[in-house]
Amino acid sequence: MIKLTDVKKRFGDLEVLKGISITINDGEIYGIIGQSGAGKSTLLRCINGLESYDGGTITVDNELVSIADQQKLHLMQKKMGMIFQNFNLLNRLNVYDNVALPMKFWGMKTKTPEAKEKILGLLRLVGLEDKVDARPAELSGGQKQRVAIARALVLDPEILLCDEATSALDPAITRGILSLLQEINEKMGITIIVVTHQMEVVKQICQRVSFLKDGTVLAEGKPEELFIRPIKEVKTFLQEESGLLPEKGVNIQLFFTDKSSDPIITMMARELGIDFSICWGKLEDFRSNVFGSLVINVDEKDKEKVLDYLTAENVAWEVL
Amino acid sequence: MVSTILNASLQTLYMVFFSTLLSVIIGFIPAVILTLTAPDGLRPNKPVYEVLSFLVNVFRSFPFIILLVIIIPFTRFVAGKSIGTTAAIVPLTVSAIPYIARVFETSLRETDPGVIEAARSFGANDWQILFRVYIKESIPRMLNGIVLLTISLVGYSAMAGTVGGGGLGDIAIRYGYQSYNTDYLIICSVILIIFVQAVQMLGNYLYKKLS
Repeated sequence: MIKLTDVKKRFGDLEVLKGISITINDGEIYGIIGQSGAGKSTLLRCINGLESYDGGTITVDNELVSIADQQKLHLMQKKMGMIFQNFNLLNRLNVYDNVALPMKFWGMKTKTPEAKEKILGLLRLVGLEDKVDARPAELSGGQKQRVAIARALVLDPEILLCDEATSALDPAITRGILSLLQEINEKMGITIIVVTHQMEVVKQICQRVSFLKDGTVLAEGKPEELFIRPIKEVKTFLQEESGLLPEKGVNIQLFFTDKSSDPIITMMARELGIDFSICWGKLEDFRSNVFGSLVINVDEKDKEKVLDYLTAENVAWEVL
Repeated sequence: MVSTILNASLQTLYMVFFSTLLSVIIGFIPAVILTLTAPDGLRPNKPVYEVLSFLVNVFRSFPFIILLVIIIPFTRFVAGKSIGTTAAIVPLTVSAIPYIARVFETSLRETDPGVIEAARSFGANDWQILFRVYIKESIPRMLNGIVLLTISLVGYSAMAGTVGGGGLGDIAIRYGYQSYNTDYLIICSVILIIFVQAVQMLGNYLYKKLS
């Protein structure tokens, strides 16, 4: 478990983190989303001690992350693999040696049969077993990031930190990398922290997410809840257009954020014996579940009936 | 004439080879210290960086011909004599050290900071980062620097004639220019051109191979 309590950090006069408290559970894929300058990358670097912090505490499995105790920090860094926006591979090493590099830092042999098996196994996992001898310059962006992922896993970490890992990749490649991260999370039980400014990344793989703005957490929760029915602060953050709605009648927004499969719209029309039109809607993919919201327009006289029905059926709603 | 020019060619090779070798070995040390203590280095240390940087600049600003003369006592101390081909290696090396130190420093500091951060995130210590990241990644760039150094030392070695260093440049000046003997001038120049070309081609080949 990673626990951040009131973490503060400043660069000179600039307060980058203004008291961040987040708890990330084991085995979770946790997103930290925010625009550039929100402090999200700094926060990530504080977790593995690449950056120091000025106030509060960060603990990983109840052990304090602190640059004061270099020896302990060193051991803790072994538990945390990291991948980066620009992949950060060594140009003069081939794929095998890039993946093996962290082992060298820990004085491990990298050419023994066991080491070979491990490194080749990781390259198989990321789908690059045929690129063992290639240099980074011969690889595409997506392939480079796959090498970086294999490298980040070579020390058997418990946590994988991803710093804008897909921001330099195009959408199709991004999906591939995200499903690889998901596979790693499921197969190996590795906790993954994803820092990004891309909403799609969070929607596709994160179980929980924090919105970071100006060094504070705006909101925290499940992505489907935060994106589909955003609180006011998040709404301004998302800057979403709400669509043009009819001026006649009553507009009711229905939210679908759990896996209920009842055909609620047609059921309601049949049971209440009324007509209404669907005038706006948005459905999105969240970790392979489809969630979203619909806006229906009903006659003023049917308003109470409809709202009572929706409440009885446990559908979240809002009159616009 | 043939033996004069052959002899001079060997002298040039001898001077250039050893002054390059020695200055690369010695210049590497200040380059590493500059890289480590630079503001963006692994152990930032402003006083050390500024002083060393200033010294490098001071030695680089001496015109070679002046340096050659003022360090004669030092040359005598190191080489046992102040004139001759071997003695000429001393001022050539001394003038090349600050140059190559700066070139190496620039090469090392061009290492992608992201790669250094990645290494740090995997628990690398400063020495590992220095050897396995900084130096390893900079080798092709440093090699380019060595090629540039070698070529400018060919030019400097011509001036070494002033202290009896000999070499092609010396022959070109004394036998060719000063004695109005155009043949010497042309032959020496052609050999020097071939020599510089060869060094550059070898450098380019190695750069491609290493990077």
